[in-house]
Amino acid sequence: MLTVLLLIVLICGSTGGEIAITRGSKKTGEPARLRPKAVLKFLGRAVCNGWFWLGIPLMAASFFALLILFSWHPLSFVIPISALSYVVGALGAKYLLKEEVNTARWAGVVLVCAGVALVALG
Amino acid sequence: MVLAMVACAVVGDLLLKRGMSKAGAVQFTATGLEHALMTMITSVTIWLGICFLLGFMATQMTVMSWADYSYVMPAGAFGYALQTFLAVVVLHEAVSIRRWIGVALICVGVVLVGQTKPRTTQAAARVAEKAVLSC
Repeated sequence: MLTVLLLIVLICGSTGGEIAITRGSKKTGEPARLRPKAVLKFLGRAVCNGWFWLGIPLMAASFFALLILFSWHPLSFVIPISALSYVVGALGAKYLLKEEVNTARWAGVVLVCAGVALVALG
Repeated sequence: MVLAMVACAVVGDLLLKRGMSKAGAVQFTATGLEHALMTMITSVTIWLGICFLLGFMATQMTVMSWADYSYVMPAGAFGYALQTFLAVVVLHEAVSIRRWIGVALICVGVVLVGQTKPRTTQAAARVAEKAVLSC
């Protein structure tokens, strides 16, 4: 039961956190150039965004769930199940970030999800 | 930038797995959690893993400031394919058919997503334009 709960925290925490941080990054605007100074300036602006600070605790919860799951189970159990986060993430992108997830992108996400599960099963 | 993101994630995950394996199974008791926390704080491997994951986060934030989340996220899975190629080429490990099928599915999936438009939201483009103009 605890394993199921931790897997839910792992999947929802990581996708929820990434979605919040994506929103924050987009609100900040991309770096003017892909140079270290411009990227650092962008990261400095991004961490001042409220969405970033919503994402961090969600990702931290997911991180600790991952550490505990790694200590309990082999990678070949944890990674295939956590691959579901690709599907959950695509749903979040479509409904929360209002991205256009067309058929090709859905097909790609499902293939990646299945592929990650197969690779982890070895 | 996406390659740097993938490399940081792969190395970070491997270091965390190694660090936590050394610590043993975490027990859900006061002493068990205290022991786990102390192990995490004092483990160089875990801190190194955290540094790589911070690098992953910085590169991911930069990429996602202009590209869609649903476009970048599947590309990250390319790390699993990279791990398999490295295992064969560098470590000369035997890889099962099932794993090769998984790698093939990931590659086809990433290529399929790569065929779609990287950015489908307009808000990001407008904010970026303003930021460039104000520099």
